[in-house]
Amino acid sequence: MEIGLNHYLVLSTILFAIGLVGIMKRKNLLLLFFATEILLNSVNISFAAISHYYGDLTGQMFAFFVIAIAASELAVGLGLLIVWYKRHGTIDLDTMTSMRG
Amino acid sequence: MFEAIAFYLFAFLTAAMFLITVTTSQALYALTALAAGMIFISAFFFILGADFLGAVQIIVYTGAVMALYAFGMMFFDTTRDVKEKKGNKFIIVGFATFGAILVVAIFAAPMVGENIVAHYPMTGAGNTQEVGMVLFTKYLIPFEVAAVMLLVAMIAGIVLAGKKMDLSLTLMNGEEIAKLQDEKNKKVLS
Repeated sequence: MEIGLNHYLVLSTILFAIGLVGIMKRKNLLLLFFATEILLNSVNISFAAISHYYGDLTGQMFAFFVIAIAASELAVGLGLLIVWYKRHGTIDLDTMTSMRG
Repeated sequence: MFEAIAFYLFAFLTAAMFLITVTTSQALYALTALAAGMIFISAFFFILGADFLGAVQIIVYTGAVMALYAFGMMFFDTTRDVKEKKGNKFIIVGFATFGAILVVAIFAAPMVGENIVAHYPMTGAGNTQEVGMVLFTKYLIPFEVAAVMLLVAMIAGIVLAGKKMDLSLTLMNGEEIAKLQDEKNKKVLS
């Protein structure tokens, strides 16, 4: 059986759905970060698959930039998380109500 | 044939690992399963002929990102169970699946209708060479901007996480350490 572009797109959809479920379900900010990593990775798969099946390298380029953005987002996010944990002793989303939103 | 076997095997493994990441109540299990899933994803890149991307995936995600998460988790109390939101599970799963399908449909629909021409067709040289040629001609400015962004993120991480890093407990004598702890206790009490 031949593996086509649609197989990869369906796989990417499934992984994206898993990540979305994680984002809606989690309350701990660290595990919320994990779910966003899943989202970014599922999109990378579909970029690489489209790049392969259309013979164009642009998809791989976008995957590289997505990886770079994920790394920098993580560095800043973890720094902020550590500062928040030192001050409040918890990283639950429900405790972050200082803006009364 | 082997491609199909590899695809289904790694698809199953990746989905299982990410499901563990999303559903487990232990932060350490989530971290380990996420690292495993990242490595399995790089297998797809190798199957698709994007060798350089696969190597970058392993180096950046399982090398740098996971190590950073592991160091970050040392600051947090990760031994206790994680509390979850209580809500209707069917609604969550349904919305997530619907949203994901919608995103794929939006981006895949124009491609199905038209015949697409590659702007930067693969020439048949090695994948790493082709990536280098495209990255340093057409995508040079985004590449440089990404480098600046990584520098900014690095400095931000150091500034945010590295408070009081100019003090070293191993180089101070006993009196200084006692003074430091007194100050800390005062801060906690006040």
